[in-house]
Amino acid sequence: MPSGIKDKVVILGMGCSRFGERWDSSPEDLMVEAYAEAMQDAGIDPKQLDAAWFSTHMSDVGTGRGGLPMSIALRLPNIGVTRVENFCAGGSEAVRAAVYAVAAGACDIAIALGVEKLKDTGYGGLPVATVGTYVPQWYPNAVAPANFAQLASAYRHKHKVDAGLLKRAIAHVSVKSHANGVKNAKAHLQKAVTEEQVLNAPIIAEPLGLFDCCGVSDGAAAVIVTRPDIARGLGKRDLVSFKALQVATSNGWEMHSNQWDGSYFHTARIAAKRAYAEAGITHPRDEVSMLEVHDCFSVTELVTMEDLYLSPEGGGVKDVMDGVFDADGAIPCQIDGGLKCFGHPVGASGIRMLYEMYLQLQGRAGPRQLPDPRIGLTHNLGGQPPQNVCSVSIVGSLD
Amino acid sequence: MIGITGYGAYIPRLRLSRKAVVLANAWFAPQFASRAKGSRAMANWDEDCITMAVAAARDCLGVGEDRSHIRGLYLASCTLPFADRLNAGIVSEALTLDDAVDALDIVGSQRAALGALTSALTQSKTTAGQFLILAADTRKTRAASSQELDFGDGAAALTVGSEGVIAEFLGVGLISVDFVDHFRMAGEEVDYQWEERWIRDEGIGKLMPRAITEALRQASVNAADVDHFIFPSTISKIDAQLAKSCGIKPAALVDSLAATVGDTGTPHALLLLAQVLEKATPGQIILVSQFGSGAQALVFRVTAAIAQFRPRRGVSAWLQRGAEENNYTKFLAFKRQLELDRGMRGEQDKKTALTTLYRHKNAIMGLVGGRCQTTGEVHYPPSRISYTPGAPAVDTQTPYKLAERQATVLSWSAEYLSYYPSPPQFYGQVDFDGGGRLLMEFTDLTHGEVDAGTRMDMVFRIKDLDEKRGFVRYFWKATPAREALAGNKET
Repeated sequence: MPSGIKDKVVILGMGCSRFGERWDSSPEDLMVEAYAEAMQDAGIDPKQLDAAWFSTHMSDVGTGRGGLPMSIALRLPNIGVTRVENFCAGGSEAVRAAVYAVAAGACDIAIALGVEKLKDTGYGGLPVATVGTYVPQWYPNAVAPANFAQLASAYRHKHKVDAGLLKRAIAHVSVKSHANGVKNAKAHLQKAVTEEQVLNAPIIAEPLGLFDCCGVSDGAAAVIVTRPDIARGLGKRDLVSFKALQVATSNGWEMHSNQWDGSYFHTARIAAKRAYAEAGITHPRDEVSMLEVHDCFSVTELVTMEDLYLSPEGGGVKDVMDGVFDADGAIPCQIDGGLKCFGHPVGASGIRMLYEMYLQLQGRAGPRQLPDPRIGLTHNLGGQPPQNVCSVSIVGSLD
Repeated sequence: MIGITGYGAYIPRLRLSRKAVVLANAWFAPQFASRAKGSRAMANWDEDCITMAVAAARDCLGVGEDRSHIRGLYLASCTLPFADRLNAGIVSEALTLDDAVDALDIVGSQRAALGALTSALTQSKTTAGQFLILAADTRKTRAASSQELDFGDGAAALTVGSEGVIAEFLGVGLISVDFVDHFRMAGEEVDYQWEERWIRDEGIGKLMPRAITEALRQASVNAADVDHFIFPSTISKIDAQLAKSCGIKPAALVDSLAATVGDTGTPHALLLLAQVLEKATPGQIILVSQFGSGAQALVFRVTAAIAQFRPRRGVSAWLQRGAEENNYTKFLAFKRQLELDRGMRGEQDKKTALTTLYRHKNAIMGLVGGRCQTTGEVHYPPSRISYTPGAPAVDTQTPYKLAERQATVLSWSAEYLSYYPSPPQFYGQVDFDGGGRLLMEFTDLTHGEVDAGTRMDMVFRIKDLDEKRGFVRYFWKATPAREALAGNKET
C-alpha cells in the first residue's frame, strides 16, 4: 500500500473568478482574474512557480489545445505548463498533478488552473463535443441531461421509489443549492427558488426539469500548492492540507456488462473508499464536515450522497428530504451554491469546489461560513453514469 | 421444383390519416374532399428503402442466426438512397449474410421487383441455395397531389429456391415497352404523371393482357382457374376490368390495401403476394402482375408445404400494429419536404469516417458483438480485452450476433434539448437476453410505452444524415417488443 498524500502538501493560495455569463471576458481574462487572486493570496512572485497544470475541456470553444494558452495569458516564466483534460473532472486532475509533483519533490511550488469559456457557442447548455470516429457510428446522440436522467429511472426501479417522491426530493436538492448561492457574490445564479418553481419548470430530459440542471457559465479557478515547511517559511498559518486525492475511472464494466444496475456511480464508490482510507476516515457521516459534489443534475447529487457513504443505500431520498445536506444540516453540501448556482465551466469546476472548502476551513467564507468545519470533501465527476472519471478529494486543517 | 420458399413484409408503424392531409390542403386542393378516408403507411424519419428492406427480410428469414443458405440478394426499388454504392450490399451487411452472396440492386421500373423475382427463379434452376428478393419504396410526392394520398411506404420479401417450395413457379410473361405513364429523371424528387385515362386504356388495357396471357400459356393454366389475381394500381377498378378482359373470375381479385397502406410502388405486388400467401391453401393458383415500362406476370401454384412456413409477423400483423398519425407537417418533415428550424445544435457535423466504418462493419451494420469464450460475457462493441473484473482476458471473444435477441430496458430518458427529427429523443440502456448491454436510441414508440423493465426488439434504422456530403449512417435501435398476432408465431 502506498503511504498516500495525507498532509504532505498544503494550499499556499487560491483564486476564483466570478462565474457567470461573462460576455465581456475572454478565457484569458478569466485566467488572469483567478491567477491574480491566487498569487496575491499566496504572496509569492511568479518566479517562485516551478510548474503548472492547466485544465480546460472544450477544444472548439475557449482557449484551444495545449499548455500554451495559460503560459501566454499569464506570461509565466517559461515553466512547464501541461494541459490536463479528463472530462468534467479535469480541474481536480490538474490539482492532483500539481500536488503529486510537490509531494515527489520535483517542485517546491506548483500551480493548477482551470478555465472554460462556454458562452461563446451561441446556444444554451453544454456544447456538443466530438468523440472520435467510431463512437458516433453506434452510440446515441446523447446529451448530458438525458444521460444523468437515466439514474432516476433505474433508481426508482431498484428502490421502488414513487416517481412523485423522487421528483420532490431532487427538487429539494436544487432549492437548497439556490438558497446557498444567494450568499455567494461569485456565483452565477444568486436567486432563491421555491419547490413549486422547480417542480413546474419545463422538462429538459425526463424527469429532469430546467431547475434540476446546473447552469452553464464561464469561469476560472486556481490553486497554488507547496510543502508545509515551505508554507510555514513564507509565514503561512492555519494551513489547509490535502488528506486524500483519489480518482477512479470506468473500464467499461458498467457500460457493457449486465451487472451494474444503473442507479449509482460505481467509480464514486471506489474513489470514496480509497479516499477515506487515504485520509484515515472511518465514519464519513460523522467525520466529513461539509462537501462540494458534482451536482451537474439534482439526481446526481442525491445518488452521490449514497455513493460517498454519507447516506445508506436507498436512503438518499429521506436524508435529502430531512435536510441533512442543507446549510443548517448535519453535513452541509454545496454551501457555495454548487454547480447549480455557479454553472459548470468544465475545466474550472473541480478547483472551484476546492476553493470553497479552502475558504471554509480558513474561516473566510463570509455570510456562508460554517461553524468550525474540520474536513471538507470534493467530488468531481466527468463523463456520464455508465462511463466516467470520478475524483474524490479530501482536505482539512493541518494540525 | 422451383418456386417461392418463404415470404415476409414490412409496413411502417405510422399511418398517416388522409383526412389530416385533405384538411391541411383543403384551401388549395378542395377537389380531394371526398378522399379524406383511411390512411397511408408513412415511413418514420429514420426509415428508408434500405431499412424497410431489412425489416421485410427479417420478417421472412426469421430469427435463425445461420443465413448461409442465402446465395443471392436482389433489392428492387425506384427510391434507393445511394445511386453509386450497392444498396443491397448494405442490406446484406445488416442481415449478416455471407459475403459470397450475389447482391444486386434492380431499379428503374415499377415492375423491378417482378423482374428480380423472375431472374432469381431462372437462376434457381442452375444454382443451389436460396435467393432473397427484397423490394421497397419510399416515394416523395408533391404536397396536395393525388399521389400524396394514393401512395404509401412499405417493403416485401420473398425467398426463392428449389427446396421447401411453398408456391411452385409455373410461368412468366413479360414485355418491355417504353410506355411512359410517369417518369422521374435522376436527381429529381418526384414523379411526373401523364393522364390516367390514357394509361388505363392504351397502357394497362393493352399491354397487361399480353403478359398475363403468355404467363398463363407457359403455366398451362386457364385464366378461369386463377384463385388469386394480384394487380396493384392506383387507378380505380382497373384490376377488375383487367381480370374481366383476361377471363379471370372477379372473386380472384386481391384487395390492394388502398384503404390502409396505399400503393407502395415497386414492392406492392410482392406485398400483396405476401398477404395472399398467409392464407393460401395447397393447389391454389396465384397470378401476380405489375405494370411499369412494360408489363410482367408470373403464375404460381401453392404447394402442401405452405403450412410449414410462417413469417415472423406478416402483412396482417404489420397492418394491426399501425399507429395513426394526424400531423401532416410531420409527414412533410419526415419526407424532408419541410425545413424546420433545428437550432444550432442541429449544426453538428455528421461526417462518417469510412475507414472506421469498414473496420467495424460487422459491429455497426450487423450488430455483432463479442462473446468471451472463457466467461461467456458478451461485449458490445467487441474488444481485444474482455472486461471481466480482476481477470481481463485477451483475444477470447468470438463474434456474437445481437440483432435477433430481445432486450430489457435498464434505464431511459426522453430529452428535449438536442436537435432530433422527431422529439423527444428517447434513448437508454438495454440488457440483451443472453448477455450484452448497449446504450441505444429508441424508435417507433409512444410516450409512456417504455420504462425500466420494458422488453425491446432491435430494428435497423438511419442513425444520422450527413446532409453536407450526402451520406446516410445506419445503425440499430430498440423498439418496444410488440406481440405478433395469434397464428403468426415468432419462428
